[in-house]
Amino acid sequence: MRRRMMMTAVAAAGLLALTACAGGGDDGGSEGRGDITIWYSNNEAEIAWGKQMVEAWNAENPDEQIRAQEIPAGASSEEVIGAAITAGNAPCLVYNTSPAAVPQFQRQGGLVNLSEFDDGDGYITERTGDIADQYRSADGDFYQMPWKSNPVMIFYNKAMFAQAGLDAENPPLATYDEFLETARTLVESGAAPFAINPSPTSEFFQSWFDFYPLYAAHSGGTLLVEDGAATFDDANGTAVAEFWSTIYTEGLAGKEQYQGDAFADGVAAMSIVGPWAISVYGDDVDWGAVPVPTQDGIAADETFTFSDAKNVAMFTACDNQATAWDVLKFSTSEEQDGIWLDETGQMPLRQNLTETYPDYFAANPAYEQFGDQAARTVEVPNVPNSIEIWQTFRDGYSNSVIFGEEPVADFLTGAATEIDELAQG
Amino acid sequence: MTTVSAPPSAAATGPDETPPSRRPRRWLGENPLGLLLSAPYLLFIGLVFAYPIVFSVWMSFQDYFFAAPGAEVDRPFVGFDNYIAVIQDPAVWRSFGNVGIFLLINVPLTVGLSLLLATALDKVVHARTFFRVSYYVPYVTASVAVVAVWLFLFSTGGLVNQILGPLAPEPSWLVNSALAMPTIALFVTWKGLGFYILLYLAALQNVGKELYEAASVDGAGAVRRFFTVTVPGVRPATVLVFLLATITGANLFTEPYLLTGGGGPNGASTSPVLLMYQRGIEQGNPDVASALGVILIIFVLIIAWLQYRFLGGRES
Repeated sequence: MRRRMMMTAVAAAGLLALTACAGGGDDGGSEGRGDITIWYSNNEAEIAWGKQMVEAWNAENPDEQIRAQEIPAGASSEEVIGAAITAGNAPCLVYNTSPAAVPQFQRQGGLVNLSEFDDGDGYITERTGDIADQYRSADGDFYQMPWKSNPVMIFYNKAMFAQAGLDAENPPLATYDEFLETARTLVESGAAPFAINPSPTSEFFQSWFDFYPLYAAHSGGTLLVEDGAATFDDANGTAVAEFWSTIYTEGLAGKEQYQGDAFADGVAAMSIVGPWAISVYGDDVDWGAVPVPTQDGIAADETFTFSDAKNVAMFTACDNQATAWDVLKFSTSEEQDGIWLDETGQMPLRQNLTETYPDYFAANPAYEQFGDQAARTVEVPNVPNSIEIWQTFRDGYSNSVIFGEEPVADFLTGAATEIDELAQG
Repeated sequence: MTTVSAPPSAAATGPDETPPSRRPRRWLGENPLGLLLSAPYLLFIGLVFAYPIVFSVWMSFQDYFFAAPGAEVDRPFVGFDNYIAVIQDPAVWRSFGNVGIFLLINVPLTVGLSLLLATALDKVVHARTFFRVSYYVPYVTASVAVVAVWLFLFSTGGLVNQILGPLAPEPSWLVNSALAMPTIALFVTWKGLGFYILLYLAALQNVGKELYEAASVDGAGAVRRFFTVTVPGVRPATVLVFLLATITGANLFTEPYLLTGGGGPNGASTSPVLLMYQRGIEQGNPDVASALGVILIIFVLIIAWLQYRFLGGRES
């Protein structure tokens, strides 16, 4: 009897010790405070920002320290995060959460509902403005903090345009007709092997950098799926798909995956990229940037585009969620957003961006149009089966638009029918 | 040292009168130490192979998705729904067609080339080690690294097309629906050849020299000796090469993932395993991916059994 009692006591002590290890904080859960772990992206500029943010927080909060690391290597950060959710070892915060993966993470039970914090909804909508609504989940709540965007625009190589006899300062790229004519001139003159070269591969996300920005612009900011139904099987979708179909049919873009950066390597005279590219291309390419084209040409200050945003999500494996929420607000404060902008050139998802940081945009005029464009961005729809929806769209797009195996109208109708069903969950 | 032999008197005891000292042997066999030594590997196989397969079969009958520990999720039994979804998916049929093309090219080419090269290498006297290592290097080199070289060779402006000049295919190899899978099959054949050559080289050492001498005395030339002595002599190895090439080929993933940018062009090189990855990992439908995996296992087992049956594996 005495031995059994002794064993029970030892087991209870062990269990308590384990529980304490796992908790690592005062209360645990949404009220928990204590040390937290965060992951951030692995590119140089974001690491520099992350390190200073962590140092600044840790200096002021000795009892609630941040342990930071780069997102572990994997085929994609979404797969790594998904695996971490399943294993129960996700960090408290991930500063690189793809909005397209949020519905899946939410379904897995891996995300904390940020709207349930007292000031959750208020903080997010006050910081980001109306654009924040695109990031609400189907239940109307936020499971991700809109963090930063890379609104994509058309980058063009001024030297190649000049070589083709085109006006490099005011290139005719506003309408589809102008764009196509310019593209033909670039290729026929021999200035560039391809006018533009979006990746023709089959990954689900590739349509974010060819069809979707132009669709957002042409439709005035319509998402691929709205109110549980596909939107693109209409005149807008047809115009955009026909435009790209012409590009491929006439050989103005390549159908083969290019190993490297076609724009930087001089293989293509144009590219669809966000402001991250400014520091990458640097002085290697004499570039200019214009909004993505529309059928009849829309004024730049009315043109929408794809956001290419990455957000911050809080994970249910986090024991000290109260601390994590405070860190989330600290890291997205006006001061930290300013440092972020300065370090990375990517746009914080903050309303009135150019007015908030006038000094930065005055000192970096190349970024100003991206700062302005950030106010008119379209996100991937926050709906069930988000990635499957994009893969369905991409498969049909490849078949019809890139490889010309199916009429555009059939592709749009077929993909819309499948996506309608997927969007219902 | 543990003694495993039984006392002589025990041998005379009838089955109904098994003394207590023999009971452990009935369960542990004649060599319990062998069981002990093989236990770690059996445990390994059980944990990383048998358990996942059983779990995968179970998953294929549920509405299953990966969830956080402790999350309240509903994963009901759905019978054959996932299998029906797989069978009704045209992409699945296409992927099986693609891998069928792959196997038709890869397996005979692997068997034929590796046997020929192994026979040639067996005869080489000078620089034997150099040749053997040369054939083995692609096998031990990471696919990711080798793929970059092949992309350079087979891209539109690549070396192969430059050599072919006007004969170069249009569209080029890896973006041509008809040529993408054969190009991948060539790549995999080339990359895996070193391993199969080693198998054949080992098998060739067991073919008696007197058989070759007798054939020569009977007037057989080099070709005749190859077909009447070498080929039958290495038949066990041939069965093994057929089976291994089929199994690894049916599990094709890395090459279409890297060489053709995720199964392109337009799905012409999508393999069933690549589709499993897309469905299960990317799109969060491991239940459908598991059903596809189970169908793939059955498909591979049938082909392997046919090969074993018709290539005389039992006799070997």
